[in-house]
Amino acid sequence: MQKTIITVVGKDAVGIIAKVSTYLSDHQVNILDITQTIVDGFFNMMMIVDTSGSELTTAELSRGLDEVGVDAGVTIHAQHEDIFNMMHRI
Amino acid sequence: MISIFEVNETNKMIDQENLDVRTITMGISLLDCITDDVNRTAGKIHEKICRLAENLVKTGEEISSEYGIPIVNKRISVTPIAIVGGSCVRSPEDYLPIAKTLEDCAQKTGVNFLGGFSALVSKGMTKADEYLMRAIPQVLAQTEHICSSVNVGSTKTGINMDAVRMMGEVIKQTAEATEEADSIGCAKLVVFCNAPDDNPFMAGAFHGVTEADAVINVGVSGPGVVKYALQSCRHSDFSVLCETIKKTSFKITRVGQLVAMEAAERLGVPFGIVDLSLAPTPAIGDSVADILCEIGLERPGAPGTTAALALLNDQVKKGGVMASSYVGGLSGAFIPVSEDQGMIDAARIGAINLEKLEAMTCVCSVGLDMIAIPGDTSAETISGIIADEAALGMVNQKTTAVRVIPAVGKKCGDSVEFGGLLGRAPIMPVNPYSCEDFINRKGRIPAPIHSFKN
Repeated sequence: MQKTIITVVGKDAVGIIAKVSTYLSDHQVNILDITQTIVDGFFNMMMIVDTSGSELTTAELSRGLDEVGVDAGVTIHAQHEDIFNMMHRI
Repeated sequence: MISIFEVNETNKMIDQENLDVRTITMGISLLDCITDDVNRTAGKIHEKICRLAENLVKTGEEISSEYGIPIVNKRISVTPIAIVGGSCVRSPEDYLPIAKTLEDCAQKTGVNFLGGFSALVSKGMTKADEYLMRAIPQVLAQTEHICSSVNVGSTKTGINMDAVRMMGEVIKQTAEATEEADSIGCAKLVVFCNAPDDNPFMAGAFHGVTEADAVINVGVSGPGVVKYALQSCRHSDFSVLCETIKKTSFKITRVGQLVAMEAAERLGVPFGIVDLSLAPTPAIGDSVADILCEIGLERPGAPGTTAALALLNDQVKKGGVMASSYVGGLSGAFIPVSEDQGMIDAARIGAINLEKLEAMTCVCSVGLDMIAIPGDTSAETISGIIADEAALGMVNQKTTAVRVIPAVGKKCGDSVEFGGLLGRAPIMPVNPYSCEDFINRKGRIPAPIHSFKN
């Protein structure tokens, strides 16, 4: 399993999750977990996804989601989960 | 499972607090490039560097986009060239083709800097060392990416005062040779005492002779992250302050460790060390001086500065060592003047001066760094500054260094502008009294006694 963390931050609007998950399903990326909150009217979502079935590398996924983010008016990051594990787990 | 709060914390550090990996530096040994002919040596150097570092920049960029962490610089350090050139160089001019080859390698591989146009002369100089030092002004004027360093002393050997005297002259000549660009050549030239073999930071990086054939060293950064973390404990006691710095330093260093391991694996080169550093840039919010202010000083340079810096430096190391399997290089807080907006402001209003900076170098990483001084400062005075700094390193068993820029045609009140990471600096006053007779003595200062510590 190759876990990647996707974060979406921006102004809340209709269809953000739909756009992101459509892109993921188009590229065979499996969603393992979704956490979502609204802070001060700002949409804040984290997805843990498995990219092992996808033809995309993490870097390509990150670039692709950048474009989805521009389209949906939000900021999207896709990062290998190890950066968070290294920083927050001993 | 990682929580959304942890993910947001990491991304806030990167997006808003300037967390980055400052450099991936590939150290490359050139000992197997030594021949008795300058051109043949240059050819072998070219082949080896371009082969080993071919994918360095590309790999750095891949890691950067995969983990979402900026990796600002990719660099190369090589065996001190005075050792490589020892058997083929007959004059200072003979070093020029080697330097041009190194410049060509830097451009071909796309790295930001290539360090190692260096000589290690802490006890004595060979002819090759002396020629290299004489060649430094021309080399720094004729190349763009080459960095040079000279180690003039150590705790074990004492200080080579002949080399100190010579480096005062070399710094002056380098300033003159790069006069039209605010004497920028001096920004790429460091004079060390106790230089480390595995430093990934420029301008002082070289690949020591005790190192493997090739190695990956990583320098982390993140003064902005420490500053933001300290905002939450403005009125806390020292234990809370220290604990906060340690925890933050741990997190920053973990990122460096991750990047170092990934880069080493992908490039097929062993991982060397992580340099635990707080390296500022002129960007707003990326300043070590701002951390000192956050600890409680009105400006860096105020009484208490040395103590605050000592505390900061120690906690950064304590937090960082647990985060990395191998720590090395210069590890500590850097206090370059031109590369830190808080220091630039303090120097401009006279809050900090050369003497206070010298005191601060006793308790933190490196030394008098990126300090612009008047262009009419004599070579002997610069040698005196180097000797003072080297003495601090020699006696205190630490690395110290001098990177001063006697900007030609500039006087106190003026400033120099280097651009990019090198920043800009106001010209700082230098004590006007002479040390000429001291510097003109021949020989070396003996190694200090290692007992009776008082």
